[in-house]
Amino acid sequence: MKAYVKETLTGFYSLLAGLGVTIRYFVKPIVTVQYPREKIDMSPRYRGHTEFLLDPETGSHRCNACENCARTCPSGVITVTGVKVPGTKKKRAVTYVLDYSLCSLCGLCVEVCPTNALKFSNEYRLAGYSRQDMIIDVMARLKAQQRALGLPEEVPPAPEAEAPAPEAAKSGEAES
Amino acid sequence: MMLEKGLEERTFYLNLGPQHPSTHGVLRIVLEMDGEFIVTADPVIGYGHRAHEKMAELRTYQQYLPNMGRVDYLHALAYNQCYCMAVEKLAGITVPERAEFIRVITSELNRISSHLLWFGAYLLDLGAFTPFLYCFDDREQILDLLDRLTGSRLTYCFYRFGGVPVDIDDDFIAGCRAFSQRLRSRWDDYDNLVTKNVIFIHRTRDVGILPPEMALQYGVTGPTLRGSGIPYDIRKSEPFSVYPLFDFEIPIGERGDVMDRYLVRLQEMEQSLRIIEQALDKLPNGPIMAEKVPKRLKPPEGEVYTAVETARGEFGIYLVSKGDVKPYRVKLRVPCFSNLSVLPELIKDTMVADAVAILGSIDLVIPEIDR
Amino acid sequence: MQFFLAEGARLGLGLIGVISLVAVNALFLIWMERKVSAHIQLRPGPMEVGFHGALQTIADALKLIGKELITPEDVDKLIYLLAPIVMFLPVLVSFLVIPFSPTLLIRDLNVGVLLIFAFSTLTVLAILMAGWASNNKYSLLGAIRSVAQNVAYEIPLLLTAMSIILMAGSFQPSVIVSQQAKVWNIFVQPLAFLLFIICGTAETNRAPFDIPEAESELVAGFHTEYSGMRFAIFFLAEYTNMFIVSAVATIFFLGGWHGPFLPPVVWFLLKVYALIFLMMWFRWTFPRLRFDQLITFAWKILIPLALLNLIVTAFVLKLVR
Repeated sequence: MKAYVKETLTGFYSLLAGLGVTIRYFVKPIVTVQYPREKIDMSPRYRGHTEFLLDPETGSHRCNACENCARTCPSGVITVTGVKVPGTKKKRAVTYVLDYSLCSLCGLCVEVCPTNALKFSNEYRLAGYSRQDMIIDVMARLKAQQRALGLPEEVPPAPEAEAPAPEAAKSGEAES
Repeated sequence: MMLEKGLEERTFYLNLGPQHPSTHGVLRIVLEMDGEFIVTADPVIGYGHRAHEKMAELRTYQQYLPNMGRVDYLHALAYNQCYCMAVEKLAGITVPERAEFIRVITSELNRISSHLLWFGAYLLDLGAFTPFLYCFDDREQILDLLDRLTGSRLTYCFYRFGGVPVDIDDDFIAGCRAFSQRLRSRWDDYDNLVTKNVIFIHRTRDVGILPPEMALQYGVTGPTLRGSGIPYDIRKSEPFSVYPLFDFEIPIGERGDVMDRYLVRLQEMEQSLRIIEQALDKLPNGPIMAEKVPKRLKPPEGEVYTAVETARGEFGIYLVSKGDVKPYRVKLRVPCFSNLSVLPELIKDTMVADAVAILGSIDLVIPEIDR
Repeated sequence: MQFFLAEGARLGLGLIGVISLVAVNALFLIWMERKVSAHIQLRPGPMEVGFHGALQTIADALKLIGKELITPEDVDKLIYLLAPIVMFLPVLVSFLVIPFSPTLLIRDLNVGVLLIFAFSTLTVLAILMAGWASNNKYSLLGAIRSVAQNVAYEIPLLLTAMSIILMAGSFQPSVIVSQQAKVWNIFVQPLAFLLFIICGTAETNRAPFDIPEAESELVAGFHTEYSGMRFAIFFLAEYTNMFIVSAVATIFFLGGWHGPFLPPVVWFLLKVYALIFLMMWFRWTFPRLRFDQLITFAWKILIPLALLNLIVTAFVLKLVR
């Protein structure tokens, strides 16, 4: 009988303690963010999809179309095409397309890049109405970025190359 | 429905899942019921099968890394670590000490976040909504910390063969310390709101008792096993990484009931905090990446097994190499598969409400069972 | 003739008033529930539609009205369709005898309290009908649980109510209220108040006693198979039931409309909503009891305590008078 009374009373007290906790939180300020109206800044290392790093020296990308990223990608997300820069043995990228719907954001492409041409974007609102919306043209993003900064758009694949470049660019587009 | 064969039909079948609020994923449990009581239970798995083991055979060692964040998405870093350890052992790569420390710190943070999520989701199973939001508030702090370091918030792919790709900075260290203080200040609230609550005690005490012998027979590991009083934790029994350098305890339960499993997990969070703090104190300087890790990794022929303690139990990788750029075979030993197998024994002759409480207490991640 | 006309007008007006009260009250309570739960959980709750989401429930109601009414194939159609109506009718009837103020009440029946208790029992029938007719195992389990629970909790509820009725010597709500002009019954009968609130929470199937619709076990319990407006009626009835239980508790223990400065109606509603807040506070704090524990709790703790309370009340009354 004594145990029964004690159990009932302690049980009742524990319920009150619980109520005490919730009422204390009831008057605390809220911690959530009203998403479309307020936004949280992504952390600097946030891994969005990849995009080209804008090289401050040249005002353009550094990609030499070695396709290391495309080869290392576990899901075959990346399609990159480049043309040979005349007079040198180097290549230069003309198209760089991501199929973001397959990407698992592992970041191996960024790490494997020999010229450090890639970085993660801070893009996190990536909803789309179709699969086509998930295909991201990294080169177009770079051009938009260049326009925004007032930098000259890089039309030819390399400064020296003039004649053979546009044809190669076309064939690159057709592939992608 | 149940009475179609007339009144003499005593039992009926109830499908718990594959889409049910408390299976936390696509698990189906076929319950044979006698009124509210469960006569037999038969888990049906495989709805979330993604062929992770087969995928390993088609990918290079590096390319398989992101898969390890997606087997058990709640404690992804432990899986990262286990896989990296396996490949490093095979290829004979030594990891610098600082990298090991960073691995331990992040993995333990991840363990806390996993336990916090379990705590909240478990209380949801028991019908209390509010603790879920409180621990998500806490968990969010861990995710922010790990986000700053690894770049992702859930399916981490952070460790590399030979170390970690980025170093931790002072902000991260300060953030970790602030977090451990914050979480410690919350224990009181959690205790008052949940642990001491008489309804919670009644729902969990002496429910779903798992005797130690049965746990061993079924190969149960993790907090579910330790709740039954067997202090088996890979971090202590087969120490890996730099865990031997730290002073921490293995919390165990006495009766093996749901309450004990709950308490073990709560105490493990506290122990993880201790490990993190010690690791931050002892953090050595030095490189974070082994010197010579080839980009095209070709480990020599051989086989290797490594195991780590995840938030749910022993996770092991058995890896066979034929000297190729791709693994010949990868076998994942996932803890939840064994832990689930004991469920039919536990929920026999209990009520539906208990079945939900027991199911939750095993802390299953269904995609991990299916792999 | 005159009498019938006057009474008819009174009843008609009352019915219109009650239906609008039920609708407005449910809209408000659903909004309140969401706000209370949100703030307990450190969230802001609905914020988009109207000032602080005040019109959110109206938007939701419109959505529910616009939804297709799905009748599953193998249901027992008649019972399936009747259940929401049976659920809702007794709720309306109970409003007939609730005294909002000395003047604002529809019928001052001398068996008003009995009427409320009698009709509120009918909700069990509705739940059983819904659960049985749905042809769904989860629904049926929910319905079975609900019947057992309501039968068990009816007893202590009535026993505690008896102790108040003993004190008042009347079944008439307005008499019970007017006797509390000086001292509210809660100060005389604190234990009875506590028991009444617990049983009332159980009667309305609110957490921690919400086992008939325990979503983590039975998906949605007895209303799993209901959609659209039919589901909304169950929802509406749940919130109106909360109002009725709180109103009865206010009449019994909190002195009904009594209170200084403010008009009686305002006092009455304030007390009712304070009690509803209490019930919401319960829901967002406690885990759910297991079915057998719920019954054990009723039979082993609530009923003995209620009986004890009744006996002590009777003794003291005998001594005092």
